[in-house]
This record gives sequence, structure tokens and C-alpha cells, in this order.
Amino acid sequence: MDLALETKDLAVGYGGRPLIREICMQIRRGEIVTLIGPNGAGKSTILKSLTKHLQTISGRVLVEGTDLRTMSCRRLAEKTAVMLTERVSPELMSCWDVVASGRYPFTGRMGRLTHADEQIVMDAMRTVNVLELAERSFAAISDGQRQRILLARAICQKPEILVLDEPTSYLDVRHKLELLGLLRTMARQKGVTVILSLHEIDLAQKVSDKILCVKGDRIAGFGEPAEIFQDARIRALYGLDAGAYDTAFGSVELPKIAGAPQAFVISGCGSGIPVFRQLQKDGIPFAAGILYENDIDCRVARSLAAETVTEKPFCPISDAALERAGQLMAGCERVIVTDFPIGPCNERIRELLRKIPDGKKA
Amino acid sequence: MPTKESDEARLRQAGRRRRARYALVFLVLLLAFCAITVLNINSGSVRISLPEIARILFRRTGDAAQVSIIWKIRLPRIFMAAILGGALALSGFLLQTFFGNPIAGPFVLGISSGAKMAVALTMIWFLERAGNASSAALIAAAFVGALLSTGFVLLLSRRVASMSVLLVGGIMIGYICSALTDFLVTFADDANIVNLHGWSLGSFSGMTWDNVAVAGAIVAVALALVFALSKPIGAYQLGEAYAQSMGVSVRRFRVLLILLSSVLSACVTAFAGPISFVGIAVPHLVKRGLHTARPLVVIPATFLGGAVFCMFCDLIARTAFAPTELNISTVSSVFGAPVVIFMMLRRSGRD
Repeated sequence: MDLALETKDLAVGYGGRPLIREICMQIRRGEIVTLIGPNGAGKSTILKSLTKHLQTISGRVLVEGTDLRTMSCRRLAEKTAVMLTERVSPELMSCWDVVASGRYPFTGRMGRLTHADEQIVMDAMRTVNVLELAERSFAAISDGQRQRILLARAICQKPEILVLDEPTSYLDVRHKLELLGLLRTMARQKGVTVILSLHEIDLAQKVSDKILCVKGDRIAGFGEPAEIFQDARIRALYGLDAGAYDTAFGSVELPKIAGAPQAFVISGCGSGIPVFRQLQKDGIPFAAGILYENDIDCRVARSLAAETVTEKPFCPISDAALERAGQLMAGCERVIVTDFPIGPCNERIRELLRKIPDGKKA
Repeated sequence: MPTKESDEARLRQAGRRRRARYALVFLVLLLAFCAITVLNINSGSVRISLPEIARILFRRTGDAAQVSIIWKIRLPRIFMAAILGGALALSGFLLQTFFGNPIAGPFVLGISSGAKMAVALTMIWFLERAGNASSAALIAAAFVGALLSTGFVLLLSRRVASMSVLLVGGIMIGYICSALTDFLVTFADDANIVNLHGWSLGSFSGMTWDNVAVAGAIVAVALALVFALSKPIGAYQLGEAYAQSMGVSVRRFRVLLILLSSVLSACVTAFAGPISFVGIAVPHLVKRGLHTARPLVVIPATFLGGAVFCMFCDLIARTAFAPTELNISTVSSVFGAPVVIFMMLRRSGRD
């Protein structure tokens, strides 16, 4: 196995006191590993310990088989590049200067760039689409632009291992996607190993080969996204008592409104989602039905509705479902019907529509 | 859509503009250096005409009194102002790099005052026993004093993260050291006071060629070492963590930085006493002028700028109210303090 990075029984923390213990992970070359977990769980602490910014408490970190402790900063710099969360505000440095500093381990005694170095800097800036910022002062650009400049800096260090601490925190959605796409390309084409921390767990799920869940004094889980991203696991990791997280889509919903349903929604095929959200925002408890379990409305209704009447996929609507829906509808002040297709499977929904009490239809 | 060629052409052009700017700044500094040197030689209580000066300088002939004035009094003083001015500005630049703050400097952090106190103690001790103090002993004392103050500031900086608290701490150390020095001067023997008093306020008067040789050697070595550190200094400007990730062994580098800046400011204090504001104002002006913080150009330009600034201040100190001489700090404060105030205003405006 071609291991880029391995930790054995690693304990990390500050001032000799361990914060997280028994971290064991094996990361193969060209893999993308994402650290997820709540604020303050110790994601940065782990990352800093992997880059020698923080002394490890016990255990070992092996970078391509070599113990990190016996490795000089210089040698490590030739292999790994970092992007940190701390703000840097260098005086009078242009963006070009900042990116070019990534060439540090490879330049001569006085740090002058050769023509080849300049080409590498330019390529890195072009890759991240920041070449037009080259002459701008680093202090005068936006946080998001700075983050991209620092990414270009890390890329131009030509690392084998790239360590990024919350690289997307200031980026808009387009640049988030660009960054993650770029990481995938680098990992796949150049075999760069990427270790990063993300708050956007939906993106973590989509970009990573492995996920490390950080919470408490032990690692809460390390494995492939399919294994980690299960509703219960994510709820426990972030302590989601209120609200819901949908692992299939990576979307979050606010907590449902409790109480006896005041409105009944008859919908299907996604047409009910805006209605559910509006009722939730207005603070009105509601029920929904009859929804097929594979209907996208059903996923959202389960998070937001006080009660959802469901039916098995592709089956005709049963009497039981019809009856329950009728009961709920009778107890509601109004019934909302959206526009959705009715076909051979769900044609009994017409029966339900006929049962709507007079004056309640909104 | 800009092509690869057009991008390269644009960056090449920006590079040319940048280099032209560096050349211009160095040219201006060199011209100012020459002009102020000539003015400095030329002005004083004894007027000597330009042709006379040229003859005395290049052929060492002419009126014996005038030769002596130029060669024994004015030239060593000019050299000393240049060497020590450069050293002071450079020391400021190093401290600013170290603390990552442009308002750090040997004077505000109390380093100059610490050196001053150590030198005053040593002077009194030597003057009472041996009748005079060797420059080596004074430099050593100044270095120890500077390191003590720096050590204190470093201890403080580990406890408080806020730069303003650190600066206030440094200023307080400066006041304590100055108060102790004043105390020593007040109770020193009469004969010593004249000597001590002038020195403790800062002055380039009474420099000898021996002084120039010693200061020149120390500062030259320190300057060469600082220049050799250009690369890690550049990396350090992005902060300690990034510097380490580029392969700088941060701990060793920090020690070197502190030692070099202490040697430089100690050397200045040992010979000329404390001189205020040069360490902050000059690096700032030079960086603004060059429009970059690249150490490779900023280090030599800062040294040259410090030399020009101190020679200029010394010229005013000597001539403004002749025959009375002003303290060098009186003049350097008048020109340096407004620059510092301006910097603070700009910074607070930006943050």
C-alpha cells in the first residue's frame, strides 16, 4: 500500500495536555481526507500536529514512512504545503509576492526566482483564476480573494501532501466548487494527497475519499463517506437535537413546528416543498399526504410536517392511507392542494380530493 | 480572455516598472547622501569654501587648522552619523519583522533605554576607577542592557497577545531605565557629569576615527548577516506559521533576529546615546518609497535611508542654533514623530 501519511496512536493537544487521543489513520497517496466535526472539536489541532506547527503529545506521525519528529522543517516543506486559518496581513506585499513565497524551499540562498519558478507561480495563479490580481496589494483584496491567493501559494509549492484548514470559509458557492474540483483533479491526476477540514458537510461527502469525524477526546469515526454519512451518525456528531440533516442531499431543515396540524397539504413530485417551507416559517403545524416514500416531497415533509401519510413506492393508494389522510384533513382548518400529476398508480388521490370539506380548500 | 502571452507581457512590464522604481529610490537616496555629506563638511562655526574642502579631502593640504577641523572633527562625525543611523534604522526593521508590527522599534520598546542605563552604569564605574572607559566595554554593556530590555519585552509578549499592551510595556521600561539613568547622572561626580549628560541625551559630537573603525566593523558584520537573512525575513513577513511551513527553522531565526537587532541598537547607544524615532520612521518611509517589503531591496535601502536621515538630523542639530548644539533626539523626534503619528492614523483608518 502506498501510504502518504499515517498516524499511530497519535495524541494531540496544547501545552502537554492531550485534547484528542488514539488517532489512528492511514492515508493513501492521492486520497482526499476531510475532517468534519463541530466548532472547537479539534480539527485544526489535528491538522497543525500533522504539519509540525504543534508538538504532538504522544504517538507517531509518519510522512511517507518517515517519522515527523526526525524530519527537518526544510524537508517537510519540500513535501507538504499548508493553508491556514489564521489571518496574515503582510505589509506591502503584492499577491504575486505572496504566491511566489511558495517557491521558498526550492530557491537559492537569496531566494531569487528563476524563470522556471516564475512560470510555476504564474501557472498556479492561472489555475486558481487569480492571475489578474497579481499586482494588487494582498492587504487590499477581499477575504475570499485572499483565500484563493493562499491556495495558489500552496499549489505553487508543488506539494505531495496538501493540508488545508477550512479552505472554503470565505468563498462564494462558485469558488467553493472550483476549489473542490481543483482538489479532485490534483488528487487524481498528480497523486497529491489532500487533507482538509470543512464545515460544509454536504461538500465533504461529495469530494472526499475518506472522512474523519472529530468530536470528544477520541476520533468519532474514520472511513468512507458512505459509511460515515448516515443520518443518526451526523446528528450525533453535531448534536443536532433540533432540525434535520438529509444525508442524501446534504441539505438542512429547521426544526418542525410541534402541535396539532392546522393545515393539510396534498402534493407530489416536489411541488409541496415551497408550501412546507412557508408553513414552517409562518409557524403553522401541518400534515402532509398522501406521499409516496420515494417522492422528494416525502423527504422534506418527514423533516417538517407534524405528520406525513405515506404509501409504498409504485403501489396503488391503500384504504388505510386514505382513511388516515381523511381524518387528518377533517381536523385541519384548511387544505392546500398543489399542482401535481395524477396517473394510474396514484389515481385514488382523486377520492381524497373529493373528500375535502367545503370551504376548507385554500 | 487574456492569453498566456499577454499575461506574461503584462507581468514583465510590471516587473520593469518595479525595478525602475527601486532604481529611482536608490538614486535619490545616494544623491541625498552625497549632498548632505558635502553640506555637513561645509557647514559649521568655521566656514571653509568648497574648493578648499576638495583640496583638503583629496590632497590633505592647506591651512593646518582647517585640515584638522575637517579630518579630525567633521569627517569622523559624518561617518559615525551615517553608520549609526543606518544601524538604527536596520535594527528597527528587524524588530518590525519580529513583532509583525510597523510601530515596533528599538526606542519605543525600551531597548535603547536599557542599553543607555547599562552604558551609564559602566561609564560611571570605569570613570571612577580608571579615568576612562574603553569603547569595547561600553558596547558590551550596551549589548547586555539591550538584551535585558528585549528579554523583558519578550516575556511580556508571551503573556499578552495585544501589540498595544506590548508597546506600552516597552515605553514604560524605557521610562524606568531613563529614570534610573537620570538618577545615576544626578549623583555622579561632577567631573563625570558633563561627559555623561551630553551622551545620555544623544549626540554625534566628539567622535574619533577609532570610534568609526569599531562601530564600522560591528555594523558591517551585522549588516552582512542581516542581508544574508533576506530570504527567511521575507518568509517571516507572512507570519511565523507560514514561515515554518516553508522550511524556516523558526526558533533559530527568531534568536538571530533578536541578537542582530540588539547588537545594532546597542552599538548606536554605546557611541551616540539613545536616538528616537529613526528605527520606526525610516523603514516606513523607505518601504512606502519602494512600494514593497521585499527584504532584498528594503534592507540596503533602509540602511542608506537611516544614514541620510541621521546625517540630516545631525546637520540641523549642529547648525540650527549654532554655536549651541541640539541633542540628536530633539531633531530626530521633530522629523520622525509626525511620520509615526501619520502611520498610526493610516493604520487605524484601515482596520
